[in-house]
Amino acid sequence: MSGKEGSKPMSRMPAGADSEEARRRQRLRSLAIALALGFLVVLFYAATIVRLGGNVMNRPL
Amino acid sequence: MSGATLEASAGERALLNEPTVGDYLALLKPRVMSLVVFTALVGMVAAPGGIHPVLGAIALLMIAVGGGASGALNMWYDADIDGRMARTASRPIPRGRVTADEALTFGIVLAAGSVLTLGVLVNWVAGGLLAFTIAFYVFIYTMWLKRRTPQNIVIGGAAGAFPPMVGWAAVSGSVSIESIVLFLIIFMWTPPHFWALALYRCRDYERVGVPMLPVVAGPAETRRQIVIYSLLLVPLAVSPYFIGLGGIAYLVTSVALGAVFLWLAFDVRRITEGREADTAAKKLFGFSIFYLFALFAVLLVEQIVHKALM
Repeated sequence: MSGKEGSKPMSRMPAGADSEEARRRQRLRSLAIALALGFLVVLFYAATIVRLGGNVMNRPL
Repeated sequence: MSGATLEASAGERALLNEPTVGDYLALLKPRVMSLVVFTALVGMVAAPGGIHPVLGAIALLMIAVGGGASGALNMWYDADIDGRMARTASRPIPRGRVTADEALTFGIVLAAGSVLTLGVLVNWVAGGLLAFTIAFYVFIYTMWLKRRTPQNIVIGGAAGAFPPMVGWAAVSGSVSIESIVLFLIIFMWTPPHFWALALYRCRDYERVGVPMLPVVAGPAETRRQIVIYSLLLVPLAVSPYFIGLGGIAYLVTSVALGAVFLWLAFDVRRITEGREADTAAKKLFGFSIFYLFALFAVLLVEQIVHKALM
């Protein structure tokens, strides 16, 4: 049996569980995704600067 | 018990099952990832030429993320058997912390992201090799070989052997004989390492129908194969000295530790009954991890010293 057959429904939250704690955990996950995206932006920026090297300043008019 | 209490307890249970960041990290198989990162680092340091530290750090991070993605995809596919084996029962999917679909999405996003980032920011030889490594582990090992043949970890072991080649390619932009030797050392190391584990975890694999060698061919044949692969591994592990990759410290370490490795492998072959047999297999399994770590650590130190003195 493959992992596909072991899939469960996406939502494991019954209506009664929509509490402050659930919202806190959702906020934490959103924060983790935001931080990962922000990190990627910094990563690409830093790599671009490194790859361009001294040519960053080379902007003839 | 009132209906309100019942509803609250259902809510509590649901909350307890909500995945945390730690559960997602566990999907990445952090212990396997650490070996991937370490061997890739050795490949990077040993490669000719150099790489800007920022790009080197990005390459290493992407190799780690790619390795983690393989782990998540492996856990997605193997969720059905993981829950029935003692060693893997506490993984996030069998425990109900993360759904299989979530693990699949997580794995695909990380795999694609790591390959693209490595390719775009470092070079496409390394990116391509990382993509091949992930694909090999997921499609060839996990989906095809693992449940079909006792040669699963022999061929599938290649996936775990690629990281030093990816690291080497990240720096040099190519594949060379030295990086292939690093690959071959891990490739030859994998069978005695995993078969030693399988000898004393045999019942687990048998119960879930994974045809590990001790299950299919029996412990005696497994012990014979462990010795054969150990005899192939030890001289191969000494070879970096003869192609100029390792120095005298590496030669001494690889010969001394190789002798211990062979001693323990022959012990596994000799002691076949009772608790002592399990102990011999556990000793070889434990030592094999130290052996690989020590070989690569000495290579790393020698290369750093060599480059510092140049």
